[in-house]
Amino acid sequence: MTFMTKFLGASAALALSAGIASAQDAADPALIFDLGGKFDKSFNESAYTGAQRWADETGGEYNEVELQSDAQREQALRRFAENGNNPIVMAGFSFATPLSEVAPDYPDTTFVIIDGVVDQPNVKSVIFSEHEGSYLVGMIAAMASETDTVGFVGGMDIPLIRKFGCGYAQGVKAVNPEAEVIANMTGTTPAAWNDPARGGELALSQIGQGADVIYAAAGGTGVGVLQRAADEGVYSIGVDSNQNYLHPGQVLTSMVKRVDNVVYEAFSTEPSEIETGLTVMGVGTDNVGYAVDENNEELITEEMAAAVEEAKAAIASGELEVHDYTSDESCPAITF
Amino acid sequence: MDRMPAWADAILVPLISLLLAALLSAVVILAIGENPVEALNLMVAGALGSTYGWGYTLYYATNFIFTGLCVAIAFHARLFNIGGEGQALLGGLGVAVILLYVPWPHWTIALIAATLSAGAFGAAWAAIPAYLQAKRGSHIVITTIMFNFIASALLNWALVGPMKAPGQEPATPSFAASTHLPTLSDVFGLVGIQWSSAAPANVSFFVAIAACVALWLLIWRTKLGYEIRAFGQSEPAARYAGISPVKIIMVTMLISGALAGCMAINNVQGEAERLVLNAAEGAGFIGIAVALMGRSHPLGVFLAAILFGFLYQGGAELALWMNIQRELVVVIQALVILFTGALDNMIRMPLESLFLANRRRRERRGGGGGPKPDRKSTTAEGAR
Repeated sequence: MTFMTKFLGASAALALSAGIASAQDAADPALIFDLGGKFDKSFNESAYTGAQRWADETGGEYNEVELQSDAQREQALRRFAENGNNPIVMAGFSFATPLSEVAPDYPDTTFVIIDGVVDQPNVKSVIFSEHEGSYLVGMIAAMASETDTVGFVGGMDIPLIRKFGCGYAQGVKAVNPEAEVIANMTGTTPAAWNDPARGGELALSQIGQGADVIYAAAGGTGVGVLQRAADEGVYSIGVDSNQNYLHPGQVLTSMVKRVDNVVYEAFSTEPSEIETGLTVMGVGTDNVGYAVDENNEELITEEMAAAVEEAKAAIASGELEVHDYTSDESCPAITF
Repeated sequence: MDRMPAWADAILVPLISLLLAALLSAVVILAIGENPVEALNLMVAGALGSTYGWGYTLYYATNFIFTGLCVAIAFHARLFNIGGEGQALLGGLGVAVILLYVPWPHWTIALIAATLSAGAFGAAWAAIPAYLQAKRGSHIVITTIMFNFIASALLNWALVGPMKAPGQEPATPSFAASTHLPTLSDVFGLVGIQWSSAAPANVSFFVAIAACVALWLLIWRTKLGYEIRAFGQSEPAARYAGISPVKIIMVTMLISGALAGCMAINNVQGEAERLVLNAAEGAGFIGIAVALMGRSHPLGVFLAAILFGFLYQGGAELALWMNIQRELVVVIQALVILFTGALDNMIRMPLESLFLANRRRRERRGGGGGPKPDRKSTTAEGAR
């Protein structure tokens, strides 16, 4: 905020005389948020946190934009690329199609796409092993549940979200094969990422069916799930960002996906030295995992922590393999 | 004459409305601690300062011309078609169906086919509310609004279900390369003008201009156009003259829906080259403001569409380069719509009485002992 104001003050005079406002330092990195918006307390906010950490540490400046519509994806990409911003980081799988069209036009710019895969020489695609992190929180859920029934609320019904749900169900069943997992998706369109009211309804319905731990993998919709779970006195599990603080003592844990690390690293690296190609972030590097902080440390007992840490080590070493829904679009532990 | 001069009606009123909207926007920008002068500079430079900016401005303008004409023709028959959004969405479906399932050898043929298909789908979507209005008297404002929701639900179903491309996104596969429309950069390249190839403005801009001319011919140079206008002025009189209300309502709404549907050749065939969810992105509603501001005249619609194209592209630039949240960009765009569309009379009425008062004063001073010719304006004053 402050650097922007300072910068704007300085450039205003220049912009007035030149009539051209894009006087930005050309090599600044840029970050594009998805439609959920910068402050969704989840995925996009995690990206923002990473960029902000970089700005605070280095005193650097970056450009950012929150999109209003799908048509602006390509526009924002091209605009930043033509302005000379490098690297350009975007958060969201929806950028895959526009990026695969734009990237070849700007071979000297490095693009980083999170959650999507684009096969171009100047694109780094970062995907997370959400199924592994979800497996771990699934174990915690099953151990904390007294009714042996746990819930899952997904955002938009896409393979990526089923990957979360599938990993979660596997973790639950690993602890308690008899446990029941109730899974609901909020919707089939991008609006499902930002519908807290419906998220709350789904949570209530799952509580009605006996669920006493509910995992929300639904972007902004998850806020409603967590809220309703807290109101009803059952545990919830947050996603992407560490959401434990939202309802201290009532959010069991959060399945964190360190989007912030990806943004921070991309911003900190010389654009030409960013390793392009596909990168998978897993529990081994702690880029996917479960969050423990002062808000939930009393909820996670020592035996829970021990069991989960054991599983985590097994996953990291390859000893334990969590099935990835997107690999064959099917799940052994649950049907959607 | 009990009206103000035509130039004041067509130019002064919109200009003052714009100025008021700009002033209020400036206050909003000041209130969030940004510099309004810089914001304006940024908008002008970003939307009009380069062929790239123009490319986006004209792309948005093309959408708004089609939806503006859609609302304008309906206005002439005093029908308020708020369904441009849904009709444009259906037009997108029409374009996608014809381009996905039929192989086209060349873009020219594909463009003609897509235009016809988009128009047919849009017209069909307008036909049901039109029929309900003509035969059953169900108010067209209500039915067309409801049809917007049905259209978006239908598109949801199609894009999540039968037409979805493999992958995470609810969208159709991309259209074949042979159906891709040349951009303005290709067109202007032919005559040696350098034009940014990154912007999405394409040949459908010329189709939009052609639609403006055709609509002007239709409204003011044909019997049908006369009947539409006569019906709009007074339904009983039109009926007395032997004009069938059912026919006029149906035909007008079919043309109106077809025009909104044709927008899809720009945003679906021209820009995205595939059908995505919510492809119309509110252009159908902007069309109402465009038609109001353009006084339902094709030339006025054209100019107003360019203005709104500028606002859209300028607004996108604001979001990109300034610390202005996207919600505030929408606020600024909405202020312009509010002032030029909804609050039109707020400017018009005082301005009109100002003009009339001025004229009377002039006449009184110059007229001296001569006969008082302005009986009409006295009545106008009485009526006011």
